[in-house]
Amino acid sequence: MAVERNGAEVTPPRPAADRTPPPPGARLAGQAGKTLLLGLVAALAVWGAFPLVSAHAWPALGALAVVTALIFSVYLSKRRIPLKYLLPGTLLLIAFQVIPVVYTASTALTNFGDGHRGSKQDAVVAIQGASVRQVPGSTEYGLTVATRGGTLVFLLADPSGGTFVGDAKGLRSLDPSSVTVSGGRITSASGYSVLNLGEANARGAEVTALSVPTPDGAIRANGLTRAFDGKASQAYDAGCDCVRDTSTGHVWRADNANGSFVDSDGQKLPQGWRVNVGLRNFGRVLTDSRISGPFLRTLVWNMAFAVLTVLAQFALGLLCALAMHSPRVRGRSVYRALMVLPYAMPSFAMLLVWTDMFNQDFGLINKLFSLNVDWLGQPWTARAAVILVQLWLGYPYMFLVSTGALQAIPKDLQEAAEVDGASAWGRFRQVTLPLLLVALSPLLISSFAYNFNNFNAIRLTTEGGPFPPTDSSVGATDLLITYTYRVAFGGQGAQFGFAAALSLYIFAIVAIISAISFRRTRRQEEVYS
Amino acid sequence: MRIRTAGVVAAVSMVALVVAGCGDSSTKSGGTGTPSKAAGGTLVIWADDQRTAALKPFADKFGKDNGVTVQVQAISKDLQTNFVTASQSGKGPDIVVGAHDWIGNMVQNGAIDPVQLTDAQKSGFADIALKAVTFNGQVYGVPYAIENLALIRNTDLAPNAPSTMDDLVAAGTALKTAGKVTNIMSLQVSQTGDAYHIYPLFTSGGGYLFGTKANGDYDPADLGVDKPASVAAFQKIAAFGEKGSGALTRSVTGDNAIPTFTGGKAAFLISGPWAIPDIKKAGLHYDITPVPGFAGGKAAQPFVGVQAFYVASKGKNKALAQEFVTNYLTKPDLQVALYQANPRPPALTTALNQVKASDPDLQKFMDAGKGGAVLPAIPQMAAIWDPFGKAEAAIIGGADVPSTLAAAAKTITDQINK
Repeated sequence: MAVERNGAEVTPPRPAADRTPPPPGARLAGQAGKTLLLGLVAALAVWGAFPLVSAHAWPALGALAVVTALIFSVYLSKRRIPLKYLLPGTLLLIAFQVIPVVYTASTALTNFGDGHRGSKQDAVVAIQGASVRQVPGSTEYGLTVATRGGTLVFLLADPSGGTFVGDAKGLRSLDPSSVTVSGGRITSASGYSVLNLGEANARGAEVTALSVPTPDGAIRANGLTRAFDGKASQAYDAGCDCVRDTSTGHVWRADNANGSFVDSDGQKLPQGWRVNVGLRNFGRVLTDSRISGPFLRTLVWNMAFAVLTVLAQFALGLLCALAMHSPRVRGRSVYRALMVLPYAMPSFAMLLVWTDMFNQDFGLINKLFSLNVDWLGQPWTARAAVILVQLWLGYPYMFLVSTGALQAIPKDLQEAAEVDGASAWGRFRQVTLPLLLVALSPLLISSFAYNFNNFNAIRLTTEGGPFPPTDSSVGATDLLITYTYRVAFGGQGAQFGFAAALSLYIFAIVAIISAISFRRTRRQEEVYS
Repeated sequence: MRIRTAGVVAAVSMVALVVAGCGDSSTKSGGTGTPSKAAGGTLVIWADDQRTAALKPFADKFGKDNGVTVQVQAISKDLQTNFVTASQSGKGPDIVVGAHDWIGNMVQNGAIDPVQLTDAQKSGFADIALKAVTFNGQVYGVPYAIENLALIRNTDLAPNAPSTMDDLVAAGTALKTAGKVTNIMSLQVSQTGDAYHIYPLFTSGGGYLFGTKANGDYDPADLGVDKPASVAAFQKIAAFGEKGSGALTRSVTGDNAIPTFTGGKAAFLISGPWAIPDIKKAGLHYDITPVPGFAGGKAAQPFVGVQAFYVASKGKNKALAQEFVTNYLTKPDLQVALYQANPRPPALTTALNQVKASDPDLQKFMDAGKGGAVLPAIPQMAAIWDPFGKAEAAIIGGADVPSTLAAAAKTITDQINK
């Protein structure tokens, strides 16, 4: 059996086999290869360490050191044979399975999403920065960035010909005779070294940070050639943990449980921050009427979609495989190549092409069969259409794996059954199919899990539709994943925290179904092997 | 031995992976990075594919004049999302180019800064363009192009511009009965609807999405979707739907609306400046007029969208980015070049005047956009598109108008208040 033969390859040799010395040539090559690869590990570790050190990412650096040390200790040691086999797989498992799940779970405990991406400090900076306005009626200056003794200053020229120098202390007049003004900007001034644009930009952070206090506000650079007298109309006050409008006195208090500044009327400032919300996202999945209401209906269709898709694909794939398996069919390789074609085409493009083909007025299907069916506009035809598309896309895969499994079934079993007088159907039903299923059940289960969450199959064809006129949140072909996607991302921007909680629920559903199926398959395997 | 070597191979790739993973987190936590080697630093601009090509020569010139390096990077998919995410992790560009209705979301994520334009600079722009990039009383971007819907008609099939929607449907129906076309008109609807394209008819019927505050901003607290005026508007739209005259049908989608017109299957197309290259390629004789309203109804207001440049809050060369956006983009040359790369009317009046003579379509699109409504940039608008579009599709398919709109309004309110 293909699967078992495959399994034998990764079974570690018994310790006894290790004691017999391998031929010297192989041993030398092995040593050289090992040295080279471990050298590569060391090189990669060093290469990765530098940016981590410069970014002061100490936990990440620690992880890097531990992983590298672990690899070296395991592969340089003569013992720890089992670990030599387990380590790569375990590390990959941690990187690709455990970390994403842990990250998703930790995201689910926050309000991470649009408007709540950064820290409170980020939000305060954004609020204050966004509230800077030009002081009404104030002067616009031509700006020249210059230095005096290494300190950055602004040389400013106003439209009436006045010239000034400004620094963090304030604005002072410059003697017009000591400066040259051209095009509304100071081009040189005695005692100051003027920076050109490139030089000024090299100190851009200082330019942006410098504000020259004035009675009404502060002069700030606007770009590198102009300056304006501006004032932040909203300022954060740590004392009351609130944002205050400096002109009207309106106050937005920090709501640290939700990560927003809220005023007494409940109006929020747009810029919020990321906070821990505990299990609130999980609770919201259960209490949100848009989710809990149609949940069961969607789950039923979701199950039906996944089961019907897999069964239809498997039935058609197996049928083709059986037909191609018969030695009487001529040109089998040509047929097989043709049959794999849908599998070889990019499914994204094919899904869009199929959607066009189902168009009521312009679609190929209605034209070909002289029909006038609104395929994607009615619940049942739309459901049939998406399953049909999935059948077309997926049966070549089932054909390929069935062909492989069929070839692995010993011929003598068939012959023995024939001698015993079994009919063709009986031979298939009693001998071929059970043996096939033992090999293919794990594939069918994984295919089910894949189709259960087959986002593209719906998103790129019906987008979940058709939708009942009275409820635009869930359509007839919506899967849990497409419909929760709409809830999490369809509103005012993305809500990653909520989406993470939803995906953990879906993960739990798929995991439970798969676990049950695998347990049943194991029982079946015990019967037939 | 062979297997053991394989294990080391896997381990090596594992370390590479850990390194890559940590590299990612390093920039997030630190973001200090090494200072740029170039004398004046590197100004990074993100734009979509088409605009990248047009920007390159100007960016190079700006860089050469000022002793800095300017990189224009094409982000072909999900530019806004990528920008907001990258900006949060400190890896974003200094300048981003995009539609004005991104402003609300970019501001709530603290990703862009206001730009300070002088009164003289402001007066150079079309009023509506400036209004579009103003959010909460602050100007957040420098606009360079304006776009809106218009009625494009095949003058061989329909020599006269219809003055009302009813005239249009009558003319289209006559053509269809005569077998010259297959569709009365081509206005994209699709199974999930299209709020942007139906909006002119919606307003002509008297409907509105959001009320306006005293200062002219949209007011998210006043949702108009299921108000009697909007119901009346959709009843008029339903009369042209699949159960009515059949002018509007869900089988016309964003993919086939323009090909239907260029293929001569419809004499009327409601679309924007982006449809013109295809129509010219098809060699059709066409004319552009404002989208007509219903007979006896209000004027049909298309949404006016503006493409603009924004200064990233967390860019590493903010001063230079401001310099580029406020002092360089406000000159007509670049706006003309961007027009040549993608023919949409320039937002700067002097630039428009330069190109208007050689391209009469521009003025026609501008005329069609006159009196149009600025596409709302408030974050709440994101909650409108999907439910409103689906309600439109359902009504065009023949669903009951008041109950459908009531359901859509409830969905929208739920989303806004959540």
